[in-house]
Amino acid sequence: MVSVAICVGSSCHLKDSYDVISGFQREIEKRNLADSVKLQAAFCLGKCGFAGVSIKVDDKIITGVTTSNLTEVFDREVVPLLNK
Amino acid sequence: MAGILKFDTKVQELKYKVLKEVAKSYMAGTLEQDIPDIPKRIAPGPKPTMRCCVYKERAIAGERVKLAMGGDPNNPNMLEIIDAACDQCPIGGMEVTDACRGCLAHRCAQACPKKCISFKDGDLHAHIDKSACIQCGMCSRACPYGAIIKRVRPCEASCKIKAIHARKEDNIAEIDEEKCTRCGACSYACPFGAIVDKSYILKALEFLKEAEKGGPKVYMIIAPSISSQFHYARLGQVVTGIKELGFHEVVEAALGADMTAYSEAKELSEKGVLTSSCCPAFVRYIETSFPELKDKISHNLSPMARIAQYLKSIDPEGKTVFCGPCIAKKMEQFEPNKNAPYVDCVITFEELQALIDAKGIDLTTLEDKPLDNASYFGRIFARSGGLRDAVAEALKERGLDKDFDYKPISVSGLDGCRTALNQLKAGTLPGNFIEGMACTGGCIGGPCCLTHEVRDAASVDKYGHESKETTIEGAIRSVMMPEKL
Repeated sequence: MVSVAICVGSSCHLKDSYDVISGFQREIEKRNLADSVKLQAAFCLGKCGFAGVSIKVDDKIITGVTTSNLTEVFDREVVPLLNK
Repeated sequence: MAGILKFDTKVQELKYKVLKEVAKSYMAGTLEQDIPDIPKRIAPGPKPTMRCCVYKERAIAGERVKLAMGGDPNNPNMLEIIDAACDQCPIGGMEVTDACRGCLAHRCAQACPKKCISFKDGDLHAHIDKSACIQCGMCSRACPYGAIIKRVRPCEASCKIKAIHARKEDNIAEIDEEKCTRCGACSYACPFGAIVDKSYILKALEFLKEAEKGGPKVYMIIAPSISSQFHYARLGQVVTGIKELGFHEVVEAALGADMTAYSEAKELSEKGVLTSSCCPAFVRYIETSFPELKDKISHNLSPMARIAQYLKSIDPEGKTVFCGPCIAKKMEQFEPNKNAPYVDCVITFEELQALIDAKGIDLTTLEDKPLDNASYFGRIFARSGGLRDAVAEALKERGLDKDFDYKPISVSGLDGCRTALNQLKAGTLPGNFIEGMACTGGCIGGPCCLTHEVRDAASVDKYGHESKETTIEGAIRSVMMPEKL
């Protein structure tokens, strides 16, 4: 099970974290990964100064996530962990 | 920095000074040895500035230090009376003032149901026999000169449910534990600052100390009435200041209010009649004085508890500290099934100000950090009528407004609450939902607000409109509410 925590703190909320959440939900659905990816919320990952939304994939914090690079982030950060 | 601080009264400022000294010593790791010295820092002397002598000032400050450190654990109330600080104000009752003209009509005497107004030989003025007077006020209303007034002790006048009185033997204030709702109106009203709320700042500081050493994160849940506070700094600067104290994140209690309104709408439409559960003093008032209405109390957690519960679902190890204008919330934190185990500590705006200053943080020099979790509707909970509007919105958003005829009654102040509850009991309430708030005007009238001003309600509305989310569902879906509301 890979855990994906999306920051919903004030700063990320203003940078449209909701859209990123829905984007991840769509990716999970599209790829049929409901049983292997757990989507969660997080309050502040301590990277408020960066552009885009901060997320945490297992223990790694990734900044700058937006709706436009979301699929790429999913491929790069989440997919490799799936078969571990 | 003291120059820009603004409290309504010197009493608040005194309380703040003690809290600040206690926090400062704790932060320096010297609290235990400093305890005997703090009263001297508060009243340095040699001349007294508040009382008859510096020794009395210091004795009272010593009692305040105890309260700042949590107060008497054997006293179940969040409010304690400092006997030495109580002025034992004489109870005047009905009094004839100099405005009495010594007229012929004697309407006062005629109006008196107890016939206790008399006119002595050689003196045309009215005299009241206080042993017979029942203080009904009829004479006062009858006098064309307004010459008769009713004098009540400020604490008793502020308590609309008569839960405080002068002790028979020495006139020192005494709280009726059973009746008292912990709303704290008396503590704000007492001109001598003799009624003080217990403080849990040391608990909050302990959490922060642990967090600094790598322990659990500490979250501050801030009440929406913050928008009418800290006039000397921007809200964004206050948020940054809170983070500089060591809090991991500041989260709006208003988001909990969104969640509460959303589920309250559903519960109301199912049950038909409901009284709100947001204000712990209002809930306690029903439980103690209207037990027959207990089943009408909403089963929803209060916004504070709701958001704390949510934070714990995300970070079970995390500590939650609520900050607001409320003394009753301090009671609520210990009530099982209502709040425990979600809320770990409750502090007030006055106490937050003390912590910020104890750490030497100057809010006016800080960068802004955003605070945006809730919708407009969650935010306006801070003023009377806000919950009423939020439930209306939630009914609409959930499509429940078609089959349910929503008739809300919004009351604030315990006297207003009493009227509505009496009507509900008698079956004559012209509505099916009571939004009850113990403080006049809602939370913005809370006893531990730094200031109470006419503009406060407008400040709350302005803050509400600054929300990114304009609907309750918008705010809730943004934080991935895991459970179905």
